Amino acid sequence: MAATDSKELKVREKQEVAHPAEQTRPGVYFTPTVDIFETDKEMTLLADMPGVKPDKLSIDLRDNTLTLEGDIAPTDGQKGESIYEEYTSGRFYRQFSLSEVIDQAKIDAQLQDGVLRLTLPKVEKATPRKIAVRTR
Amino acid sequence: MIYRSMYGLPAWSVYRPYRDLDRMRREMDRLFDAFSGQGEGRVSAGVYPLVNLTEDQENFYLRAELPGMKAEDLDIQVTANSLSLSGERKIAQEGNGVKYHRREREGGRFSRVVTLPGDINAEKVDADLVNGVLTVKIAKAEAAKPKQITVRH
Repeated sequence: MAATDSKELKVREKQEVAHPAEQTRPGVYFTPTVDIFETDKEMTLLADMPGVKPDKLSIDLRDNTLTLEGDIAPTDGQKGESIYEEYTSGRFYRQFSLSEVIDQAKIDAQLQDGVLRLTLPKVEKATPRKIAVRTR
Repeated sequence: MIYRSMYGLPAWSVYRPYRDLDRMRREMDRLFDAFSGQGEGRVSAGVYPLVNLTEDQENFYLRAELPGMKAEDLDIQVTANSLSLSGERKIAQEGNGVKYHRREREGGRFSRVVTLPGDINAEKVDADLVNGVLTVKIAKAEAAKPKQITVRH
């Protein structure tokens, strides 16, 4: 069952962000909109990154910091002269601090239709254990 | 006379101070737009999806970012000089018992009409949806194409 109730989609301007490292290449960075959810076993992150090709996406996880970076050519696929422009294409960048310990070897990433689906399995010891309360 | 020779203006030009002022004002506007962050000449219709429209001699190109949309959920129709774009973005339900940390992605219906600046050939319209970016190539009507005029002598 699709979760979408049939509401009207509203325009949301892309949010521009500053990249922490100083850039030598022109172009702006946008923050992708994301969904992050977890189950007992894993965390899943969905990120909207339209226009990013799979080979131009970098996912980096170190010291519990997850970094997503999607590269895009500013004029990718643009043909002709501009008549009007309502949005800007740009690279995507976002960082997350993860509180869970992730099993690095089992991370899975899929990029389809401009949406990244990143599965981050928790390491065994981080899966919650039911604590039995003893009564005396 | 002294004025003209001082500024090196050719003797036949009519000095029009407001023309220069006008030009300067336009330049300033352009600069302010460029510095205000959100790009230059940005006019948004406020309707989803946001589109960029470009043209060359033969075609109009309309682009829109539609991440996560499937071609079958998109409906595109053209008339003599407009294009309507409607569909539904579906966000799948993620099973029971998931706990959300962030929920920023939105689903829903949309419907938008874009009026093109010239007549089009409704028979020659191609739409591609690649990596969540829609590109519609719309051929201009013969009458709307620019014509090269040869000057005879």
